[in-house]
Amino acid sequence: MLTAVFHTMRANVIAAIATTLFLLAGAWPAAAAEPIKIGFGMALTGGLAGNGKAALIAIQIWAEQVNAKGGLLGRPVQLVYYDDQTNPATVPGIYTKLLDIDKVDLVISGYGTNLQAPAMPIIMQHGMTFVGLFGLAVNDQFHYDRFFQMQPNGPDAKHALSQGFLEAAMAAKPTPKTLAIVGADAEYPQVALAGARDVAKKLGLKIVYDHSYPPSTVDYTPIVRAIQATNPDAVFVASYPPDTAGIIRAAHELDLKTTVFGGGMIGLQFSSLKQQFGPLLNGIVYYELYTPEPTLNFPGITDFLRTYQPRAAEAGADALGFYLPPYAYAGMQVLGQAVEATKSLDQQKIAEYIHATTFKTVVGDVRFGKDGEWVEPRLIYVQERGISGNDIEQFKSPGHEIVLYPGEYKSGDIVAPYAAAKH
Amino acid sequence: MAVSLDLLLSAVVAGILLGGFYAAVTVGVSISFGMLDIVNIAHPAFIILGSYIAYIVNTRFGIDPILVSLIVAPAFYALGAIVYQIYHLAFERRGDESLRGLAFFFGLLFITEVALILVFGVDYRFVDAAYVGTTLHFGPIDLPLRMLVPFVCSMALLIGLQLFLSRSFIGRAIMAVSQDRLALQLMSADPARIKRIAFALSIATAGVAGAFLIIIQPVEPSIGRDYIGRVFAICVMGGLGSFPGMLTAAMLLGIVESVTATFYGPSWSPAVAFGFLLLTLAFRPSGIMGRR
Amino acid sequence: MRTATFWIVALIVGIAVFALSMLIKNQYYFFAGYVVLQYIVLATAWNILGGYTGYVNFGTAAFFALGAYSTVALYKLFPLPVPALILVGGVVSGVVGLGMGYLTLRLRGAFFSIATLALAVVVQTLITNWEYVGGSRGAYIIRPAKMPVLGNNYIEYLFLVMLALAVVAVAIARTIERSRLGYGFAAIRDDEMAAEAAGVPTLRLKLVATTLSGALMGMAGAPLPYYVTYLDPASGFNLAYAVNSIAMPLIGGMTSWIGPIVGAVVLGTVQQVVTVTISSALNLLIVGVLLVAFVIIAPNGIVGLVQTWLGPRRR
Repeated sequence: MLTAVFHTMRANVIAAIATTLFLLAGAWPAAAAEPIKIGFGMALTGGLAGNGKAALIAIQIWAEQVNAKGGLLGRPVQLVYYDDQTNPATVPGIYTKLLDIDKVDLVISGYGTNLQAPAMPIIMQHGMTFVGLFGLAVNDQFHYDRFFQMQPNGPDAKHALSQGFLEAAMAAKPTPKTLAIVGADAEYPQVALAGARDVAKKLGLKIVYDHSYPPSTVDYTPIVRAIQATNPDAVFVASYPPDTAGIIRAAHELDLKTTVFGGGMIGLQFSSLKQQFGPLLNGIVYYELYTPEPTLNFPGITDFLRTYQPRAAEAGADALGFYLPPYAYAGMQVLGQAVEATKSLDQQKIAEYIHATTFKTVVGDVRFGKDGEWVEPRLIYVQERGISGNDIEQFKSPGHEIVLYPGEYKSGDIVAPYAAAKH
Repeated sequence: MAVSLDLLLSAVVAGILLGGFYAAVTVGVSISFGMLDIVNIAHPAFIILGSYIAYIVNTRFGIDPILVSLIVAPAFYALGAIVYQIYHLAFERRGDESLRGLAFFFGLLFITEVALILVFGVDYRFVDAAYVGTTLHFGPIDLPLRMLVPFVCSMALLIGLQLFLSRSFIGRAIMAVSQDRLALQLMSADPARIKRIAFALSIATAGVAGAFLIIIQPVEPSIGRDYIGRVFAICVMGGLGSFPGMLTAAMLLGIVESVTATFYGPSWSPAVAFGFLLLTLAFRPSGIMGRR
Repeated sequence: MRTATFWIVALIVGIAVFALSMLIKNQYYFFAGYVVLQYIVLATAWNILGGYTGYVNFGTAAFFALGAYSTVALYKLFPLPVPALILVGGVVSGVVGLGMGYLTLRLRGAFFSIATLALAVVVQTLITNWEYVGGSRGAYIIRPAKMPVLGNNYIEYLFLVMLALAVVAVAIARTIERSRLGYGFAAIRDDEMAAEAAGVPTLRLKLVATTLSGALMGMAGAPLPYYVTYLDPASGFNLAYAVNSIAMPLIGGMTSWIGPIVGAVVLGTVQQVVTVTISSALNLLIVGVLLVAFVIIAPNGIVGLVQTWLGPRRR
């Protein structure tokens, strides 16, 4: 028969009281304090934690530097942050706690679309200005006028991701006529591939291979082999670090023959992959957000990197810091400058100021347009050259990543076909 | 997509190599679940642990990862023995294995994953082995050593285990305890000791499989979760307690994933693979070569 | 107490909790509370199949996510009010539960569990490749700012709806427990072959269990898109749902309707608090350690511990 349950009223009441106490446990508010509190969630565990940790270090560096100079509006800056575990379901709770209980004065976002979108309704409800970090087209749904995106995709992110690659590829000789596109089954790659289809049509390229793969794929050789079987003149890949690694490996093992190879391959910007693959990266065309070419020497970037790199190496985060950290830092610069200029923490005034100003940051001049996206994109497509050995130091000096696009930062011409550029 | 014979052949060969790797990953579960009825859902966590140990020693001393895993295999064996001892005292003796044992291993999976995150961080790790990057070409067939070497070592591992189980005394005791525990007791062999040896062996294989894994792809603490499903799927499809069956199922899975990826679009391969599993369970639960 | 009385008491408790909640000013309580209530429903639903009938379901995420995605699909067609969406989610997941029951009729123990795991992967792959609901790109669900009728914040509405669902789920669980259905389930759990031999219609009962369990999980998932605003397969099928829905009944106690509640409240609250305080990889560690500790030391969960502490009682 069934085993015993709580039969007595007494036990039931105990359980009910205990349950109610637990339910109310989270409601006790914390006391507010003197410093200016900046709150955010950040991926410190889970799939995006590699970048999340790097971004956190950059933000902490900014806070320390600001405090060393006397703080914002004469008050010290205090960071209040929680780990969102790369799980969107935690975000509404985190931002509600930040705003309603911790009573933070300013908010910024976590890293990535998945971790920003869930916060939007709460942010909008509180009327806060929100600086987002690398979210793709988040504000297209909300059209919130106090939202600003720190990502160099510009107003047309979907196409910007592949525009640079394809235009740079068209400059190769012989001019490519066919294109293979492939990417992971996840948000960013799918958006990039959708954009690539449009750009390819405009440039007159015929798409001969168009597939996606699940992120849990182990062996990429069948995929690369299938791509080779269609004999494409150009291959565009939109991938995350593990698949980037797998595809590059497979491309080398199968001796992929094409004119231009590369794409929006996340992971190539990080030190761990650069170190691992070394000369295997030669010839690949992909986007960096920053590279130490003389054409990209923005004010403060070298100093920032010099502060960031040793700390990141110690903390086990990305040791080069060419991808997310300068943008996280620049986002704080924008927010800090807006607060100082308006001499207030009034969210409306801050938002208006940000809309109306061109900011000078470590990632160059930043101007926000409609829906808070950058007015001009700055996705820098480079080609790897002359890398030998696996030493990370060579990446810190110019000459190894030749900028092909956009025109105003160009530092060299593309070398094709891929087989020649490999060496 | 034009179905050319060359492409098909290459896809099948790639699938076989992949399947060999899957077999190494699964053989431990074949022992613990197939023979001992212990649902060790934490098996992938031990594999990842093996990957990380191969990674540290390889980065520090430059020793080949597979060699590292063989050197540390006794340590994994000891770890397996300890885990089994806890499991036995807490669950088997009380006769309450199924759900509680499962929950125990689930908890172990998370604890191991977090421990790895705390110690190593969440970045992807790679190893440097001398043969990674070289590919053998035989006509239309490419054999990257990155896949071939783990495949060959995996076959060696399987053959070694099969010989051990069928020829040695302890091996045969293990097969006996999986078939009829009471009879074994009546013959005055201690079933718990035999099971402990078997389970420890399964964890030792996990350590070796970990080295294979990090040679084939970059590793970070949470990728173990991708393997839980694959491992039990292969075990069940192949039939519990049968190595040849398990190997066949592993090869089949590898080939299905490879062919689907080549011709139809890789997005569908998990559905195809697990769809196969569901059908097998629905219509032939004893698996391809199962005993029970 | 009699079943009808229990329903009334449960309703009163639910109303009391809601009334007390209305006194709380800050919104965080509602966001965190929603998650805990959601887990009460998930844990209770899982326990119907797992604790009462003895079949361990690893695929909670599939049923839960199907409920969430049916909301997404309907949102694009024509938006319905949340209670209607819950019913739709329940029907969809219930049907899938029935289908899974048929497929796994002859499977026992670990085989059944592996089948549920396989099902979860298949469903996830299907959704990932279904462009209409966004596929792997995810879908945006914009929630209204204010709730209907009372005009409070929408999150309070979601909280209320989930509270109502939790009350209903718990009442259903207890009703089953005291009914012939429940005795049938228990017979299957204790010894399925003996039950069959004694004439218990085991196959039919198993189908009822899987359908009901699946339906409740789907209902728990239906409001999720409104809660998170952005839903993609990776987060909808998160392993956390499967793990928690097993861990909570286990920690609370699997043999009665109160166990899942206790487990969900304790573990859920701990997780919510840790997320916004010490906040790190420790969250996962806590689940793992609690699971292992309870499973070794307290096999009957917190309910079992309290029972032992209270001493033997008359039946």
